[in-house]
Amino acid sequence: MGIRFVLMVNKQGQTRLAQYYEYLNIEERRTLEGEIVRKCLARNEQQCSFVEHRNYKVVYRRYASLFFLVGVDNEENELAILEFIHLLVETMDRHFGNVCELDIMFHLEKAHFMLEEMVMNGCIVETSKANILSPIQLMDKAA
Amino acid sequence: MNEFQNHNNFMDMIRAIRACKTAAEERAVVRKECASIRAAISENDQDYRHRNLAKLMFIHMLGYPTHFGQMECLKLIASPGFPEKRIGYLGLMLLLDERQEVLMLVTNSIKQDLNHTNQYIVGLALCALGNICSAEMARDLAPEVERLLQFRDPNVRKKAALCTIRIIKKVPDLAENFINPAAALLKEKHHGVLLTGVQLCTDMCKVSTEALEYFRQKCIDGLVKVLKDLANSPYAPEYDVSGIADPFLHIRLLRLLRMLGQGDAEASDTMNDILAQVATKTESNKNAGNAILYECVATIMSIEENGGLRVLAVNILGRFLSSRDNNIRYVALNMLMKAISLDSQAVQRHRATILECVKDSDASIRKRALELVYLLVNESNVKSLTKELVDYLEISDPEFKGDLTAKICSIVEKFSPEKIWYIDQMLKVLSEAGNNVKDEVWHALIVVITNASNLHGYTVRLLYKYVQAAGEQETLIRVAVWCIGEYGEMLVANAGVLDIEDPMTITEADAVDVVETAIKRHSLDLTTRAMCLIALLKLSSRFPSCSKRINDIILHHKGSFVLELQQRAIEFNSIIEKHEKIRSALVERMPVLDEATFSGRRAGSIPAAVSTSHGAAPKVPNGVVKPASAPLVDLLDLSSDDTPAPSSSGGDFLQDLLGVDLSPASSQGTNQAQKSGTDVLLDLLSIGTPPAQSSSSTLDMLSPSQGNKKSVDMLNDLASPSAPSAQAFSPAKNSPMMDLLDGFGPSPPAPETNGSTYPSVVAFESTSLKITFSFSKDPGNPQTTSIEAQFANKSPNIYSNFVFQSAVPKFLQLHLDPASSNTLPASGTGSITQKLRVSNSQHGKKSLVMRIRISYKVNEKDVLEEGQINNFPRGL
Repeated sequence: MGIRFVLMVNKQGQTRLAQYYEYLNIEERRTLEGEIVRKCLARNEQQCSFVEHRNYKVVYRRYASLFFLVGVDNEENELAILEFIHLLVETMDRHFGNVCELDIMFHLEKAHFMLEEMVMNGCIVETSKANILSPIQLMDKAA
Repeated sequence: MNEFQNHNNFMDMIRAIRACKTAAEERAVVRKECASIRAAISENDQDYRHRNLAKLMFIHMLGYPTHFGQMECLKLIASPGFPEKRIGYLGLMLLLDERQEVLMLVTNSIKQDLNHTNQYIVGLALCALGNICSAEMARDLAPEVERLLQFRDPNVRKKAALCTIRIIKKVPDLAENFINPAAALLKEKHHGVLLTGVQLCTDMCKVSTEALEYFRQKCIDGLVKVLKDLANSPYAPEYDVSGIADPFLHIRLLRLLRMLGQGDAEASDTMNDILAQVATKTESNKNAGNAILYECVATIMSIEENGGLRVLAVNILGRFLSSRDNNIRYVALNMLMKAISLDSQAVQRHRATILECVKDSDASIRKRALELVYLLVNESNVKSLTKELVDYLEISDPEFKGDLTAKICSIVEKFSPEKIWYIDQMLKVLSEAGNNVKDEVWHALIVVITNASNLHGYTVRLLYKYVQAAGEQETLIRVAVWCIGEYGEMLVANAGVLDIEDPMTITEADAVDVVETAIKRHSLDLTTRAMCLIALLKLSSRFPSCSKRINDIILHHKGSFVLELQQRAIEFNSIIEKHEKIRSALVERMPVLDEATFSGRRAGSIPAAVSTSHGAAPKVPNGVVKPASAPLVDLLDLSSDDTPAPSSSGGDFLQDLLGVDLSPASSQGTNQAQKSGTDVLLDLLSIGTPPAQSSSSTLDMLSPSQGNKKSVDMLNDLASPSAPSAQAFSPAKNSPMMDLLDGFGPSPPAPETNGSTYPSVVAFESTSLKITFSFSKDPGNPQTTSIEAQFANKSPNIYSNFVFQSAVPKFLQLHLDPASSNTLPASGTGSITQKLRVSNSQHGKKSLVMRIRISYKVNEKDVLEEGQINNFPRGL
């Protein structure tokens, strides 16, 4: 419910982070990613950030070379999800400092941890950056 | 050492993969890594386990199979250190899902972790549980989670709340246990817990109505207060998003309020103030503010009626619509679709803007706008809206055209104020985007055309013009060819010219030209060319001067490789050359197809009804067995007398069909002739009665019926090999013919007497079944006849589930007794008998007629046979 998946894809179509909140096997995931990415990459700046695909909507936004795509149910508030994407980017930015695609790639597990703190089972859990980052910072200190 | 050992760390692997230039190289690298990971797993290597798992996750994300790593996750989870657990749980969530049985093994570890002293580990376990637990795990661990809902640490509480959501989704019965703790969560101060608590309550309400009631009564005031505090709160740096404090919480609260307020007026009242405050006070220059406004409008639209708030909401939407940001416009269009059911007047005001959106460059906005326009259409604005849409059709993209065409067609069909406008619009659409038009749409168009008899000339001339311009649109050609075939002489003679038309002279040769070009065009498919052939046949009879030329064209197709065309060509050729006399009767104007029954049949799914009207047959060449007349439904309904009389046209049909009213003054001139032909035919079976007063000589009627029937049968066979009713039709038709030829079959009807004995007749005979009726009358009650029906099985198979149904016209009353059995043994070794009683309110003036339907099962297949019995002895 709510959020179905979160994807981060670069401009060449390579997936940098994928978190699914509903079950899809590998074949389905690949096809899904391929289709959606093609649709989003083909759009230009002026067009709106919502794409309807099959029976759900994809909200996307481009930050530098990376596309953030969030698949949601039809009833979800799209503008809120746009805010959520921005919140996610800001959180990662605070942790990594000027986050870029390489940061996400090389520290994939940390990116996953952050996303996990923010979204659970398709629902937004925490929206305060401090609260999100505190367990991760603790873990970094302990390691 | 194992040569597969790969001690590169995670980063190196990523670098290596990035450095690959081709997919094959990447696959090679991945394969090497997987091999080393597998080796490490089999050696039970402790040190690098978490690194290997991280690598595995990356590889999984790229799309390669990684099932061998699942046990590794479990081992990592079981290890005591926090980093290992962390990676283990992450791996668990990414690599596994709830359907794997491996998950059961984790239950124990999770249980232990839920009771751990370290709150972060508890948090981890809750996270994992919340993301992928299955129903059994949920049941096992629910008590633990319930306890954790009251844990001291807010982080754990919030995760426990979300975990609960998943649990109650998987096992809805457990929802009752969580109602109280969930309500307690709503009083929290911590935003995270509040957020998840609200989410939990929302989901609970969806799952259990009991919870909904509870929250409605107890918690609304609390919620309103929280929202008020939030809206009025001063700047809070933690949760601030572009000037607004925690918009996510705002939105969640609004959603819960919506859920609670829906359908309950009292609850909605309590919310009015705060909704008004949020709607007016929130700033809308930032996206966060707009998000809140959007949710607020959605809530206002869903809760119970409050005029002031609604107006406010629609105003906000209007503002959104005129914003330049595409996102906002999209969202506004979405919301307007819901608003239209509540207050369509307000939405109509924005019609112009919405129409503009249909032409927007953004595909998503176009789609939404089109759907909205479709909902906006009503009788007053249909003409202008359709004009806009049709104009846009010419310039729209190919993908969008399909959608647009479908919508235009349904709008035109539902709301067309007059036939001429309907035809105009449909023809325009056909010429622009004919290939996107579905079959039922142009079938409906033809039905309308036949019904609009004063517009025939206009239509056919218009079609002629369009076909010259847009010859590739297949559907257009089909409709055009059919119309030219039917109304060719009106085209040439300029009959029925309306004032708005320009004068046009078209010769017979021109008309034949059009059809000839169509048939020669190879891009058109089989159905179209078959329709062209039959149109040519019709034209050859209507334009005798072109007959030779048409014959040549048809001859050309005699050698066609396509069976359908070849067969038709040969038959039509033989009709033209050898059967001059009957040709004109054969291709008489088609009967008007009854619109009411046509749309009724489209709405419901009544199987193709058997029709005694030969007029229906030439429709068959379209490849669709379309029973035009013979509303079987009406007939069967007549057995129960509470159905009101059908519409006048339907009623006339009925009478005509049954041949009871044989008055020659009928508007369907030739159709009547054809039908009375069959009736006269059947009447000949009853001896001692003068042939009914038919309009013309009976003998002449025989041959056209015969000839027509021959083409009917052939056309039936050609076009619908799989329609059982058509098959049943032919045998049913054959029986009267055979009876006639055989000299009245096996049961010689005795001369009519005034006493109570009447000759028994073979009511119905097919290749597989024979029904005999024997009659008796009560001397004191001349209007009622008792009929004993005997069914005999002519085939070597046994029939089971044998059901006999019958229907009679309105002036008769029918009563069926139960049958003696419903299994009919084979080859006439046994029979079923059934008694019927018929009361004739027009005794002496009209004789009995009856339609019957027999269904039975043979060799595991269901068979349906239908027929009409007209050979009742006179005087019954």
